[in-house]
Amino acid sequence: MFKELFDSYNWEETQASIYAKTQRDVVEALNKTHRDLEDFKALISPAAAPYLEQMSQLSHRLTLKRFGRTMQMYVPLYLSNECQNICTYCGFSFHNHIKRKTLTDEEILKEVAAIKAWGYEHVLLVTGEANQTVGVDYLKNAIRLIREQFANISIEVQPLEQDEYESLANEGLNSVLVYQETYHLDNYRTHHTKGKKSNFYYRLDTPDRLGKAAVHKIGLGVLLGLEDWRVDSFFTALHLDYLEKTYWQTKYAISFPRLRPAEGVLPPKMELKDKELAQLICAYRIFNEEVELSISTRENEKFRNNIIKLGITSISAGSKTNPGGYAVDPESLEQFAISDERTPNEIAIMLKQQGYEPVWKDWDLALMTTGHDH
Amino acid sequence: MQNSELKIGDKIFTSRLFTGTGKFSSSALMEEALLASGSELVTVALKRVDAQNHEDDILKHLAHPQFNLLPNTSGVRTAKEAVFAAQMAREALETNWLKLEIHPDPKYLLPDPIETLKAAEELVKLGFIVLPYVHADPVLCKRLEEVGVAAVMPLGSPIGSNKGLRAKDFLEIIIAQSKVSVIVDAGIGAPSHAAEAMEMGADAVLVNTAIAVAGDPVRMAVAFRKAVEAGRMAYEAKLAKPSGLAMASSPLTAFLEEE
Repeated sequence: MFKELFDSYNWEETQASIYAKTQRDVVEALNKTHRDLEDFKALISPAAAPYLEQMSQLSHRLTLKRFGRTMQMYVPLYLSNECQNICTYCGFSFHNHIKRKTLTDEEILKEVAAIKAWGYEHVLLVTGEANQTVGVDYLKNAIRLIREQFANISIEVQPLEQDEYESLANEGLNSVLVYQETYHLDNYRTHHTKGKKSNFYYRLDTPDRLGKAAVHKIGLGVLLGLEDWRVDSFFTALHLDYLEKTYWQTKYAISFPRLRPAEGVLPPKMELKDKELAQLICAYRIFNEEVELSISTRENEKFRNNIIKLGITSISAGSKTNPGGYAVDPESLEQFAISDERTPNEIAIMLKQQGYEPVWKDWDLALMTTGHDH
Repeated sequence: MQNSELKIGDKIFTSRLFTGTGKFSSSALMEEALLASGSELVTVALKRVDAQNHEDDILKHLAHPQFNLLPNTSGVRTAKEAVFAAQMAREALETNWLKLEIHPDPKYLLPDPIETLKAAEELVKLGFIVLPYVHADPVLCKRLEEVGVAAVMPLGSPIGSNKGLRAKDFLEIIIAQSKVSVIVDAGIGAPSHAAEAMEMGADAVLVNTAIAVAGDPVRMAVAFRKAVEAGRMAYEAKLAKPSGLAMASSPLTAFLEEE
């Protein structure tokens, strides 16, 4: 399990080693053909800042080679905002007095009709953590309900047990996103004071359970800004490297949720500037030529229009982060504010103008012997 | 002066350049490039198309009489999944031709020889024309031939790498001993690589990335078409082998000529 490897590292030492990287280390990393974790440290270090243009060009070339001139399109579908966790940064946090809602079958299908009308074939189901109402049975039912309408179903929900993941995969689940939020043990506890999510190590070993369950794709990430993003990103890369070697039949993706200063929300401990996020995205691509890199509508229009050439391979559009947001109850409270309000069609046009083919379908239930009505 | 035709299964090909459909910046550009390539066999990933939908963007752009579709099973991890996907592909795309791809490793996309052999055996029995994507492994290629595949598709180097024929020594053995067609697939990054494979005696090559991500995919498609034709013609014209030996005198055998 990753815990053993993780526990052999020390946060402060790791942090010091990142900040000690020099321009010489950066140049060396850029000139290699295969980069290791020490190179990744150099690429995310302050020393790499002057090399952002070179990094971007290299990242662009490497991405083109592997992924071609294509961009995967996905959309989140929030099923529920019920949550028993207290998380300092989240709009769905238990102590927030918002109207709680979990979609019924009928409501799910109504939402599905709205996002299908945009052309989506890949969907990401999102919930909070409320095991009584939104447990495995609820998710299983939701997947069964919609699987004939989507080529690819992902979830971003509470961490589950291996056998639970196996049973969902049997229903046609393809990918699971589970973000550690931060790899800083003490600060993790400060930000997750109550609920099952407060168990740092259970969350940390979730990708191991997913790997064992042979789920096709695992998405990793941290909430950038909660802690020093460089150190958190190093641990994400360490996690990725460990998982790739251990569960070699699994595909991996990285997301870049960035904590932005906003009213009523905890200010980020260390704000990640646009230039730094671009540097981070390039660093991942140069470190790992095959990993999928995803950008959401948390980022604004200008940044998204430009970042797609720097290593990104999948993009969401038209997202609503409230359950029922597409058709059932568009006015309810969102989990986080959307910065890019453009419709999926507008994003598709923007992509085409930049010479990219939006890919709506890149999976098929026919590729799994599971998930069919036998 | 025409190159000889290539027969695989029940089909005859004039063009020995097979192509892929991924990574293009638009389906329209893909169509234009593939038409320019002269290709008559085009592989398409089952996962990328909506086979039930006649308006599917990729399939619509491939609707030309010269394009024979070669559905592939990219995405499957086991023989069982491959056999299932193949049957879906046959039904949806109305062809029993299949590029059998089983790469459980999503990072380097390297084919699993054990699962591939298992699936090939079963698919042949089910009436498929099977073209398996494999490592440049001469023994595996013979084993596949024995279970009845229509051709073998050994890789030149890792897929998408554009590195050319890094597996050249093994490809030569495969070509020398194969009774079925040998199609060099994966890793061909430049027309010169394609020409090299054809000069070696490969029956065809399959190219995707090098055309799709070129600055001008249509011109690159033409360049590959010409390279494949030239390479094949050189092979059929009996290429003079390079020789490092000086022939002026024969110190070791001169005594045999002495009276």
